[in-house]
This record gives sequence, C-alpha cells and structure tokens, in this order.
Amino acid sequence: MRIDCKHVWEHISAYIDGDVDPVLRAEIDKHLETCEICSAVLDSTRNVVVLMADDRVFELPAGFSQRLHARLDDVLEKEIERNE
Amino acid sequence: MLFSLLRNETEAEDAAQETAIKVYLNLHLFRGDSQFRTWTLSIARNEGLGRLRKQATRREDSLEADTDEQTGDYTPAILTSWREIPAEALERKELGAILRKAIESLPEIYRNIVLLRDIEEMDIKETAAALDISEAAVKVRLHRARALLQRELAPQLKGFAPKRKGLFGRRV
Repeated sequence: MRIDCKHVWEHISAYIDGDVDPVLRAEIDKHLETCEICSAVLDSTRNVVVLMADDRVFELPAGFSQRLHARLDDVLEKEIERNE
Repeated sequence: MLFSLLRNETEAEDAAQETAIKVYLNLHLFRGDSQFRTWTLSIARNEGLGRLRKQATRREDSLEADTDEQTGDYTPAILTSWREIPAEALERKELGAILRKAIESLPEIYRNIVLLRDIEEMDIKETAAALDISEAAVKVRLHRARALLQRELAPQLKGFAPKRKGLFGRRV
C-alpha cells in the first residue's frame, strides 16, 4: 500500500495518539521520511497538542489556591455551625 | 474549561470555587461508577452552563432595565497580582491567550472535545463518557478539532519557535 499526503492527514490525530495499527504507522513513517509538507503538518499539529497539555500555558491566576481555600473554610465553618 | 465557557476570569474563578464547594458537599453522592475527574468535570460544566444561562437571562432583562446596572466587574482583582511577571511567563501568557482564542473560536462540539481530551488530558473513554457520545465520535471530532487548530495556530506559533527548542525544530 502506498499512501498519499491526504491519506496521512486523515490519520494525523490518531497517529499522534499512537492509535493507528502498525502497518499503517509504518506506511506513514515512510511517507514522512520524504514529504516535508506532511512532516510540517504533523509537527505543527503535535506542537498544538503539546502546548494545550502544558499546565504552564493555562496556569491558574496568582492567589487562586489561597482564595479557594479561604472560601472552602468559610463554607466548612457555616456547615459546622448549621450542624451544631 | 470554565474560562473557555464563561470567557471572564473573575466569573470562571468564582465558578471554579463553587464547583469545589459542590464537589465537597456532594461527595457522598459520588458512586464510583465513573472516574472522579469525570464526575468533577461534569459538575464544573453544569456550573458553567448554569451561569451562561443566567447571563443570557440577565441580558434579556437588561433590555428593559437601567443600563447602569450593566457596569460590572470589568477589572478583575486577580489581574493586579500579575503586574510583575518574568519575561518567560509573559510569553507563556501571550501563548495562552493565542491558544485560548483559537479554542474559543471552535464550534462547540469540537471545543468540548479539545477541552477534555487535550487540556484536561482525559482519555478517549473518559471523554466519551463525559460528553455522552461514542468513542468513535470522540476520535472523529478530535481529529477535526486538531486540524482546525493547526490551521489557525501554526502560522501564529512560529513566533514562539526560537525559545521552544525542539518543539518547532523541524519547521524552522
């Protein structure tokens, strides 16, 4: 089986997730060795996925944890008072 | 996820706090038939959607109400603590803004998949359960979502290449 660029693009997401069967993966790998366009598409798609999973990119605002704990303490206190 | 839904940092933080409180108060209702994270995220999602509905109602009401009432919290207090940040964090913040904008512009069915699968890093099965769709549908939507994001982001992310060695190595 010989695959073209369009075929590679159709499987890029699954390829990144390691969710393609070994035969297809080998075909894609072979195609990527000689196709700069598909290599670039794969790399940039993978970069997007990597960046989205990076906690530092979507980090919580400063002081989030303290404010959350303060509010939880407040709720806890009210719960205890209600149960007394 | 809440920020993407509500598009307002103060509102998203408030919703996140409310979610944590609801999780705590309803812990006894968690039956273990789903992952704890999936359960928590569904509470967060409901909280966010509930607020969106309220916002929509408020907007309808405000058509007849005094417009002064709409001058709400445009300057979130949390931003003040972000004045002094290192250059690298600033770059990350800019990067985060670019990514968020691209994610927010996705149609909802794709946005939800990306939020759960790529940002919350839930697996295919968890994502399917959280959205009540098939695993095959998760894969198809994820593929389309990533393709849309790649098309939108690849040209913009080039600017971040020099300081992110390895990530963009093959493209430059």
